[in-house]
Formats: sequence, structure tokens, C-alpha cells
Amino acid sequence: MSELNLDAAFSALADPTRRAILARLAKGEATVTELAQPFEMTQPAISQHLKVLEDAGLVTGRVDGARRPRRLAKAGVEAMDQWLAMLRKALEKNYERLDEVLAGMDHPKTRRGEHR
Amino acid sequence: MSKMTLKTEGDTHVVVTRRFAASPEAVYRAHTDPNLVQKWMLGPEGWTMPVCISDAKPGGKIRYEWTDGKGHGFYLTGEYLELEPYTRIVHVERMHLPDPTPDNHVETRFDADGKGTLMTMRMTLPNEQTRAAMLATGMERGMEASYVRLEGMI
Repeated sequence: MSELNLDAAFSALADPTRRAILARLAKGEATVTELAQPFEMTQPAISQHLKVLEDAGLVTGRVDGARRPRRLAKAGVEAMDQWLAMLRKALEKNYERLDEVLAGMDHPKTRRGEHR
Repeated sequence: MSKMTLKTEGDTHVVVTRRFAASPEAVYRAHTDPNLVQKWMLGPEGWTMPVCISDAKPGGKIRYEWTDGKGHGFYLTGEYLELEPYTRIVHVERMHLPDPTPDNHVETRFDADGKGTLMTMRMTLPNEQTRAAMLATGMERGMEASYVRLEGMI
């Protein structure tokens, strides 16, 4: 099983189809055929995305007879969680900056006399 | 400290709330005036918004372009649908990464809350899968289901 490569993981997450594949795998394991269907993509195209995800340590597979279902790797979930935390932080940072912008707006040099 | 909340609702909504120590009018203006938006809607440390177009009228265009100053960047486009100064904004937006994400329909309310404002931003995505993908890119909670599932698998 490949280890998590954080740079590869983040660059893998930068693609919308790969994020959608991860979101699908978050619901349970799936084969290439099953993954190709909702995305209206060819199986080779899906396989290529899966290879990027596997190389990044986000997705892992098992052999089940002729099937090779893929699922999220534990490291993949952790990477996505870090990603979420990072972006949630970005949103919080936005609102902290907005607090400062508002503080500047709420103390105008000229009194308007409508509040406080 | 006014903590942000972020939660999913139904199959296709995401709701963000945040309190601000300013009037609804000020918070509304900070969301629609491009000169103000450009000062705060910047995401992670080090990013700037060199292009900020916000034509705050029904049908008016929105375009935000971000850059990290090191050659990386992305942009968002959208349109205003409804504007009720200073209580409510309805708009659609999509990220270009560079392929456009499905339209995110956003209603933002500004309600007087004591001396300040309670902002409630309610996003509606076209379907559950799009929301899951968006949560995977930008939001918390999206992975709760996978954690539960992983506990059974690993």
C-alpha cells in the first residue's frame, strides 16, 4: 500500500473529477465500471484518475475474484480532513478580516448620528 | 469572539452563520462593494484579489480573481439575482479551477442581532453529489460519513 504523499495528495485533490471520485468512494467501495457510470466518462479516463489517486495514497484497492473494487485509504481521509480544516480556516480568516473592515466602516470620521 | 458555524441541511444545502459587530447595512455593503470585498474575501494568508467585479444589481456580474503571487490562481464568476438592501442578497456563483464547478445558488441574509448582525449564508447545490464534492473541497463535516464507514473497513 502506498504511503501518503501530501504534495501529490493536494495536487490530486485539485481536480474536480478526482474530488468527485473521492466523494463517491466516501459512500463505499466501487469498481472502475461503477465509477465510470455517474461521471459519464470512459473507463480508461477513470482508471487514469484512480492511478493518480492511488499514487497519492488517497485510494486503495483489493482483489475480489475478477473485480478490483477501490476504496478510500485511511491516509486519504486524513488528507481530505486536513484539506477541509485548511479551507475552513481560510473562510474563518476571511471573516476575521471582514471584522476589521467593518470596524473601519463603523467609525466614520463624519458622524451620521443614526446609531449609538 | 463570534464563532462561525457551518453545517449541511437536507441533501443539497450548506449553511454558514457568523455574527458581526456592525450594522446589517455595513455588513451588506462589505459583501457587495468591490472595494470592500477585495479587502477581506482573500482565503489563506498570502493570497490577494487583483480583480474584483461586483455589479450589485439584479443580473449584475460578479468576477473575483485570486492569486498567490507565485503564479497560482483561480477565479469565480457569478450573477446577482435579487438584492434587498440591507437584508438579503441572492446570487449564483461557480469556481473555475479552471473547469467551472456546478452553479452554487447562494442566499445571504443580514439580520439585526442586538447591536450587531447575524449573517446567514445558505448555499444550494444542484444535487447531493455536487454538494459532497464541494464539501470535499471547502467545507467541514463532509467526511463524517466516510469516517464511520472507514471504521468498519480498516
